[in-house]
Amino acid sequence: MEKDQLFQYLLRFGDNTLVLGHRVSEWCGHAPVLEEDIALANTALDLIGQTQMWLGLAGEVEGKGRSADDLAMLRDAWDFRNVLLVEQPNGDFGQTLMRQFLFDLWHDLVLTELQNSAEPRIAEIAEKASKEVRYHLERSRDTVIGLGDGTAESHARMQAALDLLYPFVGEMSAPDEIDLAAHEAGIGPDLAEIDQRYRAALSDLMGEATLTLPADSFAHKGGKSGARHSEHLGHILTQMQWLQRAYPGAVW
Amino acid sequence: MSAPNAAYPDTPEAEDTPPKRHEWPLWEIFIRGQHGLNHRHVGSLHAPDAEMAIKNARDVYTRRNEGVSIWAVEARHIAASSPSEKGPLYEPSQSKVYRHPTFFDIPEEAGHM
Amino acid sequence: MYAQMVKSTGDGVKSRDEMSDEERAFQDRIDADEKIEPKDWMPEGYRKTLIRQIGQHAHSEIVGQLPEGNWITRAPTLERKAILLAKVQDEAGHGLYLYCAAETLGVSRDELTEDLLSGRMKYSSIFNYPTLTWADMGAVGWLVDGAAIMNQVPLQRTSYGPYSRAMIRICKEESFHQRQGYDIMLKLANGTGDQKRMAQDALNRFWYPSLMMFGPSDKDSVHSAQSMAWKIKINTNDELRQKFVDQTVPQAEFLGLTVPDPDLKWNEETAHYEFTEPDWSEFFDVIKGNGPCNAERLAARNKAWDEGAWVRDGLLAHAEKKAARRVAAE
Repeated sequence: MEKDQLFQYLLRFGDNTLVLGHRVSEWCGHAPVLEEDIALANTALDLIGQTQMWLGLAGEVEGKGRSADDLAMLRDAWDFRNVLLVEQPNGDFGQTLMRQFLFDLWHDLVLTELQNSAEPRIAEIAEKASKEVRYHLERSRDTVIGLGDGTAESHARMQAALDLLYPFVGEMSAPDEIDLAAHEAGIGPDLAEIDQRYRAALSDLMGEATLTLPADSFAHKGGKSGARHSEHLGHILTQMQWLQRAYPGAVW
Repeated sequence: MSAPNAAYPDTPEAEDTPPKRHEWPLWEIFIRGQHGLNHRHVGSLHAPDAEMAIKNARDVYTRRNEGVSIWAVEARHIAASSPSEKGPLYEPSQSKVYRHPTFFDIPEEAGHM
Repeated sequence: MYAQMVKSTGDGVKSRDEMSDEERAFQDRIDADEKIEPKDWMPEGYRKTLIRQIGQHAHSEIVGQLPEGNWITRAPTLERKAILLAKVQDEAGHGLYLYCAAETLGVSRDELTEDLLSGRMKYSSIFNYPTLTWADMGAVGWLVDGAAIMNQVPLQRTSYGPYSRAMIRICKEESFHQRQGYDIMLKLANGTGDQKRMAQDALNRFWYPSLMMFGPSDKDSVHSAQSMAWKIKINTNDELRQKFVDQTVPQAEFLGLTVPDPDLKWNEETAHYEFTEPDWSEFFDVIKGNGPCNAERLAARNKAWDEGAWVRDGLLAHAEKKAARRVAAE
């Protein structure tokens, strides 16, 4: 796998956790109940920690002296490599937890495989992140099932969230040339195989949550390739990068 | 007069009064740390059921330390004797170093903080 | 201080002759530094005062998430973002511990929450001030948490067991909060010209509101006298304010920042700083609801509560269905 491809591959993981961590952190102080507020903050903290590891390694691989912070704070939208799902707005609590669950399920499968990566530094990060993400998944899955099965209102809201977010599921497991190169080099998993396991698990869990998967399997793409992000990403970056952009070179 | 007390009914055996509608019940949380000690009461929280109480306890009271065992008991099922001994202390997680004051290097000249 | 002007019975402290046998025995236990536990007999005034005080303290933690939460998505580095998020999360945790302590007195968290949302119960005046720049994250940690710690450390010895235990836990977790604030200020004070200006501006805006946190002088207050006799208040407001100023002024000097009080001076004889009292009319305006952010803060809490109702109900309904299915299967 070429150096630039590996760099891009690492940015995907780091940008996924960076952008999702940012989104989840927006809930702090606004969740439906204190226990959920605290739990969401833990998820966001884990994701920020994972970002530091992924982007730190990406910077190392790139070899231009860029730190994790440089990559997070000083790239513009077209250089981001996160999937479109994670940059979608929080919406209501159900939409946030549905987005979390759809991502956690994929994230967990991929991190489990990455622990056997031929690149030891990736295996190491995956091992640490995997423990955290296993718990994220447990929690988001239980909440999605609980709200899907709960009241008529919670059921309707969860179904609406699933309908809204389902078109962003396909991008995660649709392999492109970077994913294929990573798999061939023994660095990353076979996404087609991940996709099968993902869809089987998703179908089971949506059954438990009494929710119906949309029939249309259309999938948006353009996030992890960087070809076309949604408009939401730019707004995330205007907040996230404000201080670094407004006061160039300052130390915080 | 004695305080009415929803959380710890003032009877040797707890009264089985269900919580008010729309309110998540109160749970008492007991945690066993890594050192093979007994479970200790660390505090309370609200949760819709036992499974969520355990998850919430993990988020609220352990910050996800590995190797801990959590018990959650609905507060109304706790049978209590008269006045208890001194409360338990609790060692917070070591995993987030910045939660600890020594993470921040404050110059001595700045004085005690 | 997160509990301000908490009303007690208002009748003043009873003499031993005026006390009933139970009240006398209760006061003896407190005087002997015994802890009062939920099932113990307690005067109704003690219970009600504690609910007001612990409730106000809990509300302050929860509303206190908002001004700092305002900067989580704009923190300048990944580490600063994680630290700030962990700190604001701790505040949610502290609110939770305190609500649980209040619940042992026979009031539910939801009841207390509704009293906050309707404005019947108050929270600390300090959280009605806006956080405008990143330096405010430094100033809030250094000054606001610094002031809160002044009050919370002695409260670890308070007479009510669950409250004392909550305070012990909170103090243990909170000691990093003030230091992370000062650490932010240090970086700014040693930074660029803009950063120094930012730091000074934050100190200018937060100095007097921080002094107000301790509440107006209560040396003649019947409420405070009763609370102190019951050991649910340990020091007078003036004592704590003086201690705060004495501790904070040298810290400001070390940063190279100027405390915005031209009359501030060290008094060799008393070994204390003399300082200008805050504008108490501003304090009463804020308490009445006319602070810069009162409306926004309450609106944010109301929104979170109202929009979260379907989640709380949904998860409870699921738990009940699950329990019913389990019973049916047995």
